[in-house]
Amino acid sequence: MTAVFSDRIDIALTVNGEAVEARVPAGRHLVDFLRLDLGLTGAHASCEHGVCGACTVRVDGAAVRGCLMLAAQADGAEVWTIEGLSDSGEVADLQAAFVARNALQCGFCTPGMLVAAQDLLRSGDVPDRDTIREHLSGNYCRCTGYEAIVDAIETVAQARAGKGAL
Amino acid sequence: MKASVGGYARATDLRHALDLLAASDGTGRVLAGGQSLIAALNMRLSAGDMLIDINRIAALKGVTEDGGRLRIGALTRHAQIAVDPLVAVHAPLLRKATDLIAHAAIRNRGTIGGALAHADPAAEFPACVLALDATIHVEGPSGARDIPAGDFFVDVFETSLREGEILTAISLPVAEDAESQVIHELARRSGDYALAGVCVVRRTAGHRIVCISVGTRPELAEAAMQRLDAGDSDGAIDALRAAIDPPSDTQASGTYRRHLAGVLLRRAIADLEGDRP
Repeated sequence: MTAVFSDRIDIALTVNGEAVEARVPAGRHLVDFLRLDLGLTGAHASCEHGVCGACTVRVDGAAVRGCLMLAAQADGAEVWTIEGLSDSGEVADLQAAFVARNALQCGFCTPGMLVAAQDLLRSGDVPDRDTIREHLSGNYCRCTGYEAIVDAIETVAQARAGKGAL
Repeated sequence: MKASVGGYARATDLRHALDLLAASDGTGRVLAGGQSLIAALNMRLSAGDMLIDINRIAALKGVTEDGGRLRIGALTRHAQIAVDPLVAVHAPLLRKATDLIAHAAIRNRGTIGGALAHADPAAEFPACVLALDATIHVEGPSGARDIPAGDFFVDVFETSLREGEILTAISLPVAEDAESQVIHELARRSGDYALAGVCVVRRTAGHRIVCISVGTRPELAEAAMQRLDAGDSDGAIDALRAAIDPPSDTQASGTYRRHLAGVLLRRAIADLEGDRP
């Protein structure tokens, strides 16, 4: 095959604020790169066809499916995972509310839920429950029935807007 | 599962992408938003593909209006179409459709050009661009072609794009002052593929009706359009149900889809009436 295509791609990006350089297989998706190459196992590889949302990470400011983007495509990107968002304290109030409201049981979906929730709340709006549900429609949870998750996110939205306390 | 990819190349401009596609000997696959392609690769529905990543080609991005036509670059993402002020004014059907397409994280990556080239009959944008009478712009080894949306969709996942061609943009007539554009669909869960859907555009020349998820490709429901032009809503609904032969699958029977298409057209007509100036 022609030399213009490569089966291993050199990439340089930032992950959770740190510069990373790597050589990745052409078909490796972003979440496998994060988990297997960088050891960041917070985002989960689950359905691997974009349905479940467990792999949700932030790329260049937007929540995306980590399984539906190749690591090769992340060259030059700014990637944030739940590890980085935890360490920076950006989602500390969401995490506390998830615990307080019992919004997780097994925890498998929680990293994706938190990234998706923060994606919604970052705009500064205070979404109503329907809007929260709609925004989380692409994130599956098999334990909680979602009610507690919506409770937690609604609580944080109101607290951040100064309309209530956690 | 894990994808088995033959190779990857990042195109720097359209010429480069076309050269890569030509060099791939028929194994090339254009990677735009990747929200269907990478899912298919992960499921090994396709293996050994040479991926041509067009995401860095700035010339394929963005929305412009010129001389009464709205032009949307192929790489414009669903999330951008959802908030673009020109789309909101000149093609509100596309803005409304973005509320129904998958989930926020997928809309952040998916592109309109990718959705059209993929030609999934259960997807919203193929039906929308036909209802809007859009033109599909493509570039290939022998130059540019403009394809009417009515000639673009051939079958399930099949378009009239030729070997070596890349979809670069769509353009469509800007909405008239009194034009109405409506989309209705029904899915069991928000963001799922619709069991059935309908797009209706009402403009001076008449109504245009295109369904989602009821056939192998988006098609104008011409008999129903004529009835609606004549002011006969019940006749339009009967004509639509008579014209379609939807598939049965694990999600819904063909009979139920046919029923739904009529219900959704009735709701769309009610919206149009509410919109009447």
